[in-house]
Amino acid sequence: MIHISGLNKSFGKQTVLNDISLEFSGGKVICLIGPNGSGKTTLIKCLLGLVIPDRGIVKMDTRDMLKDWTCRNAVGYMPQILRFPEQIRMKSVFELIKDFRSDFQNYDEELIESLGLNLIMQKKMGTLSGGTRQKVSAALAFLFRPSVLVLDEPTSGLDPVASEKLKNKIRKERQRGALTFITTHNMSEVEELADNVVFIVDGKIRFYKSVDTIMNETGEMKIGRGLAKLMEANGYA
Amino acid sequence: MLNPAYIIILFALLISFSSNAVKIHVGGSDGLASIREAVMKAKAGDTVLVRAGVYMEGSIVLNKGIVLLAEKGVEIDAQGKEPLIVIRADKSVVKGFTLKNSGYSDIAEIAGIRLENVKACRVEDNYLYNNFFGIYLSNSSYCILRNNVIHGFARTETSSGNGIHLWKSDHNTVLGNKIKGHRDGIYFEFVKNSSIINNISEDNLRYGLHFMFSDNDVYRYNIFRRNGSGVAVMYTRDVEMSFNRFEHNWGSASYGLLLKDISKSQIRNNMFLRNTTGLYMEGSHSTIIEQNDFRENGWALRILGDCYNDTITSNNFIGNSFDVATNAVRNMNYFYSNYWDKYTGYDLNKDGTGDISYYPVSLYSKITEENPYALMMLHSFFIDLLNQTEKLLPSITPDQFLDALPKMKKLMHDTY
Amino acid sequence: MLKVFSYVFQEVFRNRMLVFYSLFLFLLSSGLFYFGADSSKAVVSLLHVVLLVVPLLCIVFATIHYYNSLEFIELLLAQPVPRRRIFTGEYLGLSVAMTLALLTGLGLPVLFWDTSAASLFLLAMGVMLTFIFTSIAFFASVSSTDKSKGIGTALIIWFYYAVIFDGLVLLVLHYFSDYPLEKVVLVLTTLNPIDLARVFVLLKLDTSALMGYTGSLFQSFFGTIWGILFSLFFLLLWLVIPLWLSIRIFTRKDL
Repeated sequence: MIHISGLNKSFGKQTVLNDISLEFSGGKVICLIGPNGSGKTTLIKCLLGLVIPDRGIVKMDTRDMLKDWTCRNAVGYMPQILRFPEQIRMKSVFELIKDFRSDFQNYDEELIESLGLNLIMQKKMGTLSGGTRQKVSAALAFLFRPSVLVLDEPTSGLDPVASEKLKNKIRKERQRGALTFITTHNMSEVEELADNVVFIVDGKIRFYKSVDTIMNETGEMKIGRGLAKLMEANGYA
Repeated sequence: MLNPAYIIILFALLISFSSNAVKIHVGGSDGLASIREAVMKAKAGDTVLVRAGVYMEGSIVLNKGIVLLAEKGVEIDAQGKEPLIVIRADKSVVKGFTLKNSGYSDIAEIAGIRLENVKACRVEDNYLYNNFFGIYLSNSSYCILRNNVIHGFARTETSSGNGIHLWKSDHNTVLGNKIKGHRDGIYFEFVKNSSIINNISEDNLRYGLHFMFSDNDVYRYNIFRRNGSGVAVMYTRDVEMSFNRFEHNWGSASYGLLLKDISKSQIRNNMFLRNTTGLYMEGSHSTIIEQNDFRENGWALRILGDCYNDTITSNNFIGNSFDVATNAVRNMNYFYSNYWDKYTGYDLNKDGTGDISYYPVSLYSKITEENPYALMMLHSFFIDLLNQTEKLLPSITPDQFLDALPKMKKLMHDTY
Repeated sequence: MLKVFSYVFQEVFRNRMLVFYSLFLFLLSSGLFYFGADSSKAVVSLLHVVLLVVPLLCIVFATIHYYNSLEFIELLLAQPVPRRRIFTGEYLGLSVAMTLALLTGLGLPVLFWDTSAASLFLLAMGVMLTFIFTSIAFFASVSSTDKSKGIGTALIIWFYYAVIFDGLVLLVLHYFSDYPLEKVVLVLTTLNPIDLARVFVLLKLDTSALMGYTGSLFQSFFGTIWGILFSLFFLLLWLVIPLWLSIRIFTRKDL
């Protein structure tokens, strides 16, 4: 579904993405892991058109994601930390985002309700807590039933209940056939959700394996421990 | 002011009505065919009444004191050849005519109405259109020029004449005339004891009023507007200039009022509005400039170093780009008790007079004297900073130029 | 774009700093008109304020706004919409809101007390400077990823145009006073939007003085419609060029 090849990006002298080529198909949850500053966020920003790579190809089926902004019709994005305009009501934020896809009608408002956002629609964004803002950004990502979801550390600021609801939603979308990218440092999240794991260090892909393969190779029953072994073997202390 | 001229004219009128004066008609069914013929027939004291119509019969010379009256709609057209009416006899009156197209000459000063060596004449209510000179007096006295409208079409200074021109005359009155489009609106040279009152002189090529060697004159309640160089008063003493308006004279050599070698004169209650320079003084002394309003001029007052003993007091300086400019280093004149809108001092004892002095010559004004292009920086914040710094530590501006008693509030006084 | 415009507009228009700005202008201009003996003096004082405060507020406010909105802008850019549209929406929303604040604070008193040509010109220049300095602020912002660096740059730009520039011009005039500087001065003026705005108002406010110039170029500049068209043309360039550059940078920028 998504095809990346020969992707390179550097900021000044620092190489952030070093010749990355990857292939993803629908109905999978992909966890991107790696130390801070390894290039996870830059990679997913390339998918979103937020970072423009120096070289390489990013394709969605046959369309060039780097050139064709209409590709983003099929992408839902949940950023890591988000400051909203403070004077704007939550309702207006949803309306604003909806306005970019004005011909889309069949909204997925499941998260809005299950996270209780429908009860506080009139509140100004400036009055909300960090967690609630994150709920809003989660709800926004799923609103248009996207076939590609990009979630940057989705549960990091959420309470356990909300976190669980979000994970359930991710599983549901996988059932529907969506391709989901999650960056995370949380191994239990990987354990619960991941079909495949991409491990990046210093802008290079160290491995891209399915969870089953990792367990088989390491002989560990728990994915966390298996990953830890693999990571150590790949030069990450 | 009871001018002796009035008495004489009154006397003349009484005589003309009481004696067996004859009335001769020109035009219409029963009148004579030409004005010239009527003038020839008339004796001194007679009245020639001209009926409506256009007369083209060359110059009309009055060599006896007759009253030449026009009904409404009398037009005399010289067709660009010669002067129209020449008065050579005392006590003549010319009233109500439209006089057109005198033509222009390099040698003679051709005029719509010309008065030569006469006394006690009156020129009233005439409309002078497209003449070389409008009304021209030489060596005449006790005459009245009243309510005439004079409209010329001056193009160059050398090919045009003045609206009202007085030379070597005295005791005359110029009252209520409107002059436009001549070289100088009103011209006085060697004219004594005369007055210029209530006239409007505008859009003239050179000066609205050009005034030289004319002592003991008065001008009041006149408006001088949009003239090429404003008003020039030169080489004269004992002039009173009051309640006039000097306005909208724009250009690099334009002044509301230019004084050159003027002494013992008074400039009171005038309005100087929107001139490039409001009042320009050169070589003038012992003159009082009092209770005038200087508004929205480029430079309200430009006073050169050769002026001395002049008093500038109780004037309002409002909205001028510069208050005072000078090339002098030492101040030999008196500035006090004026209102300056740029004054930022305080008045702790509440007596209406500021407690610190006002320095009307700013550093920026000195800069623009030396470098006129710096004028482009007017109202720049940087210039303000410079001016403020200079005020605190005067080093370049002449610190003797000061008003030690600046008023806190605008002064109330009448202007025209 | 209209939606982006209206959200930015609503966000900014309710901002406390902008309300203070509007209120400050309102009290100041009403005070100057009401207590001042003469409206032409008030216009001169207001000219100084407009030339100094409007660019400062615009450049600081717009820069802060840009950096504070950056995360939300990132979310917007991940939506199916070209970047140019988001950017123009942001720019217009911000400058229109600030223009309205200016019109409330300065425009109402002007309309009430003094509708002379000079004060209407002044108001027009206030609006023009708002758009220009918002545009310059956006240029400074997109050129630097670091917030404090961006705000610093913005402040330096303001200080340069509001204060330093005229000092340099004065130096040039002083050192080259033996040369004919007529054209030089006009060219120098075009290099500073604040000077252009100032000259534009001067054309109405100090015509009497400016007509004292001897040069024929200046005579035609100050005496005719030419001066107005000249200033307006270059003011528009000052609006369009930074805006165009910032859009170019923004559309190629990594977020």
